[in-house]
Amino acid sequence: MRSVAKPKLAVWKFASCDGCQLSLLDCEDELLQIVGAIDIANFVEASRNVMKGPYDVSLVEGSITTPHDAERIHKVRRQSKLLITIGACATAGGIQALRNYTDVKQYASYVYSNPEFLETLNKSTPIADHVFVDFELRGCPISKAQLVETVSAFLNGRKPVTPPYSVCMECKRRGTVCVMVAHGTPCMGPVTQAGCGAICPSYHRGCYGCFGPKETPNTGALADQWKAMGITNDGIVRSFRGFNAYADAFRKESEAHEE
Amino acid sequence: MKTDKVQSSSEGSFTSNGAPRVFTVEHLNTLIRNLRDQGYAVIGPVVQDAAIVYDEISSSEDLPIGWIDTQSNASYRLTKRAAKTLFNFTVGPQSWKKYLHKPSVRILEAEKNGNEFAVNDAQPPAKKQAFLGVRACELHAIAIQDRVLLGGPYVDPIYAELRTNTLIVAVNCEKAGGTCFCASMGTGPRAEHGYDLALTEIRESDHHYFLIETGSALGATVLAGLPAEVASESDIQAANRVIATATHQMGRKVDMSEMKEILYRNTENPRWQDIASRCMSCANCTLVCPTCFCTTIEDTTDLRGTRAERWRKWDSCFTMEFSYIHGGSIRTSPGTRYRQWLTHKFGSWGDQFGSAGCVGCGRCITWCPVGIDVTEELKAIRDSELVEAGSIKSKE
Repeated sequence: MRSVAKPKLAVWKFASCDGCQLSLLDCEDELLQIVGAIDIANFVEASRNVMKGPYDVSLVEGSITTPHDAERIHKVRRQSKLLITIGACATAGGIQALRNYTDVKQYASYVYSNPEFLETLNKSTPIADHVFVDFELRGCPISKAQLVETVSAFLNGRKPVTPPYSVCMECKRRGTVCVMVAHGTPCMGPVTQAGCGAICPSYHRGCYGCFGPKETPNTGALADQWKAMGITNDGIVRSFRGFNAYADAFRKESEAHEE
Repeated sequence: MKTDKVQSSSEGSFTSNGAPRVFTVEHLNTLIRNLRDQGYAVIGPVVQDAAIVYDEISSSEDLPIGWIDTQSNASYRLTKRAAKTLFNFTVGPQSWKKYLHKPSVRILEAEKNGNEFAVNDAQPPAKKQAFLGVRACELHAIAIQDRVLLGGPYVDPIYAELRTNTLIVAVNCEKAGGTCFCASMGTGPRAEHGYDLALTEIRESDHHYFLIETGSALGATVLAGLPAEVASESDIQAANRVIATATHQMGRKVDMSEMKEILYRNTENPRWQDIASRCMSCANCTLVCPTCFCTTIEDTTDLRGTRAERWRKWDSCFTMEFSYIHGGSIRTSPGTRYRQWLTHKFGSWGDQFGSAGCVGCGRCITWCPVGIDVTEELKAIRDSELVEAGSIKSKE
């Protein structure tokens, strides 16, 4: 018998690829510590053993795309003291938010022989559009380090360190040569939030914007520079409509370049 | 064992020691080898990811032989030429602060013992390092960071340890980069002080050699181990011509007269809003700047809460958290952040540290992803006063 109950953690899935939940399973070294520090009460990807709520912390992956999920998220919120959304789907609507710019019914008719059995919403929306969210972890997928940081910050009663500044900060600290200036490669880094460790530029690729808009993003200035580099409006629209297509700043910039 | 003390340029103790000397290009390798034999990690320019960056080298073969850079606003390109030049380029994206004021340092770790913490803030001892190819602007930048981090009552012990163990071999610039403006800042292109040895690469009528000047007793000791001859008057003239070329090539300048007063008078100038429409507050300018020294502190804990670490990382006045005080950030708009940065560099830095905070290296112009040019912005603010004065006059 333990004298002090361990905090109960639940992991929930909505419309998503499971990649962010896998980041939690990927914490091999840290997972044993996590298991020691908290009760994993509801995490069907890891264990069939489900403990009843309420839960101290809920990690929510995925976006809201069906009427059923729009209901279910309220049940999750009611059972959770602290609700943390993880990943681009949960924080911005995800790649599936590309549907927000098209006619979903038309798409469904291409894919399904009997689309009338399909119950789906016109838009893929982030969790925060539906319920109060205590903390958001960005990324597609989330960074393992930021996840461990957030859980340990919660367990130790402190604020997690997940800075909202640009990816450029991480590039420069690790000494990566700027791909935009030195190679002429369009890069989303100057308007994208740090957290991944600036992986893509270190492999000579432009940032894809997986972590969504940084604080005070000036997407217009970036788009102007890309135009000067010869990128077409179509190219600009595609770049801002990635994994965070429905994040406010990226959505507005993509709409400004639609022809 | 106690390491050799390198005299800091901030002590003002560098004086030219004896007559300049010359050695052939092959003996640069002897210099590198000798330094390595004496226990120095030799750090110099190398080509990496289509740019010239600083990294450890083991011979002159590692240098950017034949490489030439072309720089302008938001653009940097390298091209290779047949001529086997060793230093015919200007500064790249990195500066020596990478090795003196490091981007990320663990400043302490703490282990929980019952109700107490055992704190360990010891730093690993610094290894001896020799910088090869430090340009005049960079010598000034190091001198500025010396004043900021070593001057006054609060000395940064981490910087001090690294700085004390650093030997500097400067190289005079033989060309000006497309974004350079050191001549107008009085910080180059000639290396005048702050070095142990200073080289000038001379290529004239099939002769490829270096002129060497000595700036410290340590430099003299290092030079003594090299087969260097006393330079002739024509060698000195040749070196002067090399540096004069760089001066004449320089296309940008900043007029520093009354700059502080002008900036202080123009805190509400509409130009700041104009800059804000172009500035992404991405922080690149501050991180490539060889004098920017700001850092943030990040604390981490492990999941059990028994172990904590405190890290110091490069920060920037372009982030929101930088100006976060009780109640929120005081510089929420990018325009106010840019104004803060520029006014500090060219205005209030003087009151604080006795010089401008800019050395005219041009990195912030080249490496700004949208190519904002400090020389152009300062001129626009200065000229806006002339326009105002002119319009007042014409009304009279």
